[in-house]
Amino acid sequence: MNYVLNDRESSKIIEFIKNFARKNSLWVLAYGTGCGAIEIPPTMTSRYDAERFSIRGAATPRQADILLITGYLAVKTLKRVIRAYEQMQDPKYVIGFGSCTINGGMYWDSYNTIKQLDLYIPVDVYINGCMPRPEAVIAGFMKLQKLIGENQAKGWKHYKENLEWYRQNQRKLIKNWKMPDYNW
Amino acid sequence: MAFWQTLGSVLLTIFIAFVIGMFYMGIRRKVIARIQNRYGPPVYQNFLDVVKLWSKSSNINHGIMQHFAPLWMIAMAISTLLFVPIVYNSDFWLNFSHKVDLILILYLMVFGPLGLALGAGQTGNPNSAIGVTRGLSQLVGFEIPWVIALITVMIQYKTTSLTELVSYQQIHHTWIALEQPFAFLASLLVIPAMFRYSPYDIVGAPSELASGPMSEFGGKYLGLLMSSGSIFMFAKLALIVDIFLGGASSWLGMIVKTLALYLIPVMWSAINPRYRTEQAIWSLWRWPLILSLLGLIIATV
Repeated sequence: MNYVLNDRESSKIIEFIKNFARKNSLWVLAYGTGCGAIEIPPTMTSRYDAERFSIRGAATPRQADILLITGYLAVKTLKRVIRAYEQMQDPKYVIGFGSCTINGGMYWDSYNTIKQLDLYIPVDVYINGCMPRPEAVIAGFMKLQKLIGENQAKGWKHYKENLEWYRQNQRKLIKNWKMPDYNW
Repeated sequence: MAFWQTLGSVLLTIFIAFVIGMFYMGIRRKVIARIQNRYGPPVYQNFLDVVKLWSKSSNINHGIMQHFAPLWMIAMAISTLLFVPIVYNSDFWLNFSHKVDLILILYLMVFGPLGLALGAGQTGNPNSAIGVTRGLSQLVGFEIPWVIALITVMIQYKTTSLTELVSYQQIHHTWIALEQPFAFLASLLVIPAMFRYSPYDIVGAPSELASGPMSEFGGKYLGLLMSSGSIFMFAKLALIVDIFLGGASSWLGMIVKTLALYLIPVMWSAINPRYRTEQAIWSLWRWPLILSLLGLIIATV
């Protein structure tokens, strides 16, 4: 039994099955503080029906696989996003939604929003646009599915390995750092 | 020989009930999607969900009671399943159905949710606490008409044994649903509350309570809860089919009857919004209770 489990070929098969299940069952925690959140209801409901691609909403971070950051993040909300992200169970993925998460978008010179989401939590897929249409959102999800199937979506591993660097960036913005440790 | 036969039938029953329950949940998602004019996920979607949840590499818990809650749930689901006769007059699929009576099964069906309530209490999540209080209130709401309906059947046929009820219906080629329609109607109205489907989904309530008692369960714990949910659902459906719809003499008959019975609460849930807590309890204490009491009066007089 042990020999079979440690065999290279069979572990490859197990890995394939795991990745197939992971990519075909995406539970999304939509963090909707930005204006982009208005594009999520049409994506999920009858008009565009994301559930036929096995994309489903999750109620809590514990149950979710994907953290969908819809739009800009203020410094205050960044703290909540980090806590929500760290409460999710591995493997977990992040989708940056809209131009605001890439370079600030229309908030490029704002004093209280973050400009580049990648500095604070690892982003696997970006969806460009201001705002992206539901077709673009579904295309972004399918890109993530492809990455998961190829074992390429490794943002969560990157976050664990470079935790010090991410913490440094986060602490620069969040002055009153009172984050509990239990949420891992 | 007898031991190995029992073991084989037990393991096979658990596996088949798991597969059937998972497919029923997939059919439910598909049916609701079609009613909402959507295409919907594939029927086997729930299998992928469970495999994904089982392949999560980190699984957080907040203490020993939360660790035990899903185990408690699946233990109670399996024991309920094994005490319900699935196939009538079969030597192989006997399980333990001839050893217990209806009263023990009524107790067992309440134990699982209570274990989950203890586990959810340890997480410290306020949503879980609200969900647990709502769930226990709703339990009181639907248990009263449900137990009165079953007591009606017990009094009318002077037995508490499920196998005797099934064999009575099979020998006389009749359904208790036809002979005692009031108890059947009462339990039919109670099924959506028992499954916590809309309009009685006040416990889970994803948009309001963040899935209630389950809100801190992730990864393998949630996978175990989903698996136990599918087994428990099939066990409850098989129990109602055994009591009211004549049981079945083969697995195929059981599947046809349970699926037909299951589609009633599914379609009812697809077109209903959510009750508030007091509305849910009062709606259960109105028509289901009146119907079951009527059945009790008819059975005793």
